[in-house]
Amino acid sequence: MTEKHLKEGYYFWSGDVAAAEGAIAAGCRFYAGYPITPSSEVAETMALRLPQVGGKFIEMEDEIGSIAAIIGASWTGERSMTATSGPGISLMNENIGLAVMTEVPLVIVNAMRGAPSTGLPTLIGQGDLMQAKYGSHGSYEIITLYPNNIQEAFDLMFDAFNLAERYRVPVMYLLDGLLAHMYEKVYVPPREEWEKKIIRRKRAREGQLPYQPDEDMVPPMPLIGEGYNIHATGLTHDERGYPDLTPQAQEELVRRLNEKILKHERDIWKVEEYLTEDADIIVVSFGGESRAVKAGVNLARKEGIKAGMLRLITIWPFPWEYITKYSADYIVAELNYGQMYHLVREYSDNDVYQLNKMGGEIHTPEDVLKRIREVSS
Amino acid sequence: MKAEVKFGGLGGQGIITMGFILANAAAIYDGKECVFTQDYSAEARGGASTSEVIIADEKIDYPHVSKADYLVVMSMSAYKDYVHKLKDDGVIIVDSDLVHLPDEKRKVYGIPATKIAEKLGNPIVANIVMLGFFAGVTGIIEPEALLKGIKDRVPKRFWELNERAFREGLEYAEKNL
Repeated sequence: MTEKHLKEGYYFWSGDVAAAEGAIAAGCRFYAGYPITPSSEVAETMALRLPQVGGKFIEMEDEIGSIAAIIGASWTGERSMTATSGPGISLMNENIGLAVMTEVPLVIVNAMRGAPSTGLPTLIGQGDLMQAKYGSHGSYEIITLYPNNIQEAFDLMFDAFNLAERYRVPVMYLLDGLLAHMYEKVYVPPREEWEKKIIRRKRAREGQLPYQPDEDMVPPMPLIGEGYNIHATGLTHDERGYPDLTPQAQEELVRRLNEKILKHERDIWKVEEYLTEDADIIVVSFGGESRAVKAGVNLARKEGIKAGMLRLITIWPFPWEYITKYSADYIVAELNYGQMYHLVREYSDNDVYQLNKMGGEIHTPEDVLKRIREVSS
Repeated sequence: MKAEVKFGGLGGQGIITMGFILANAAAIYDGKECVFTQDYSAEARGGASTSEVIIADEKIDYPHVSKADYLVVMSMSAYKDYVHKLKDDGVIIVDSDLVHLPDEKRKVYGIPATKIAEKLGNPIVANIVMLGFFAGVTGIIEPEALLKGIKDRVPKRFWELNERAFREGLEYAEKNL
């Protein structure tokens, strides 16, 4: 069968469809998942499209099985992904820890909905930001990305897969109930152009052990079926991959798992700085909510208030340097009771205010303007 | 140019399809920036259903309709639920057999869309009749662009029926305005 790749042109896609198409364009050829609103269209798109490009789609029995399957697929060398929402991401967390410990590149889409528990299945929430990093047990770093428009939902998938492969780490790709089901125009460049963006997994040197890191602290990943004898375990292990249940091995491994990300944080960070240069007040925001924030900042500027927006595209590792570099006051606008607020407060020398909504819908631009007025008066 | 359109009706009337077709056509065939959002209740039929389309020359930040230029409704309940979103000088477009607004002060354009669709042989195309009428009344999108949008969404074997429905709506606007 001839492969059916995306043609250059304009498409009118939802965030779910754009994320799925972006993943395929970025080289994803294996998807295992269990559909759940509002992420289901990621699975639907993958089910339709992966067989057309020689990939595999499996509908799994549950979320724990889904992430287990993509861990296995990634060990064979395939770029692998799953998607979920709400209770589904909670179920995946045990195996996210396994992927962190065994250093397996994965992309996990989480379309955040109103929560806790089953919450608001079809509506937006931003309550999983802390969970994205701290959801599994143990002390670890993963990478978390979060677009705010549908073009970016497509484009950012290249970063997601490249970062996962580069650092041998799961990448949490956040969407939300708004972006998942919202449609916008997406430009897809010619295939030759996007394929140039794909960074392939690095190969081991002759005789290099499966968990023996290079200078960048990341070990090249031997692939199952290539002739190596590989032992992968969630237990603390040595460079051969065999269990080594000593404080020394734990110290060395867990430090490296954290530092391989943190030492490269500046290469990973992506933010949008909008009118921040001369701003007295900067609204920190991300995802669907940042659409209202940008409109609110524009309203404030019309009134002569020097407001700006800092949009986090990388949520983890937290781009703290973009907080310390400004001497402005901050408002953190988020659809939860206050999560990234605590991070901004940690790094800001000035006042940090909150603008919260528990989910279901984003703020209006007028809500944002009102808060900016309150704190700047 | 910026136009905010709110569609409302009951599940099964094709309210979300209407919005999608307009938005897709404006974005792909009319070269505009466009955002489409939707909201529906859990029922397959009969529950509340709404969709929103914003069409503009420039990038759109806030993706929801704050003050609609056009409210297109196919049920009384949708009118009651969403009329507060309409601008004071906004325009209301209705299926005139389903929505009666004797006291509405704003401009109301009506078309018996469901009846016309039944005459064409299938009430399912009532939303397409409405879209034709919408294009004729508002002039915010090229009818031929909209027709291409319909063909993107509708299976080929129904193209002819849908095109007839679309043209009936468009002609109704031209004759009655």
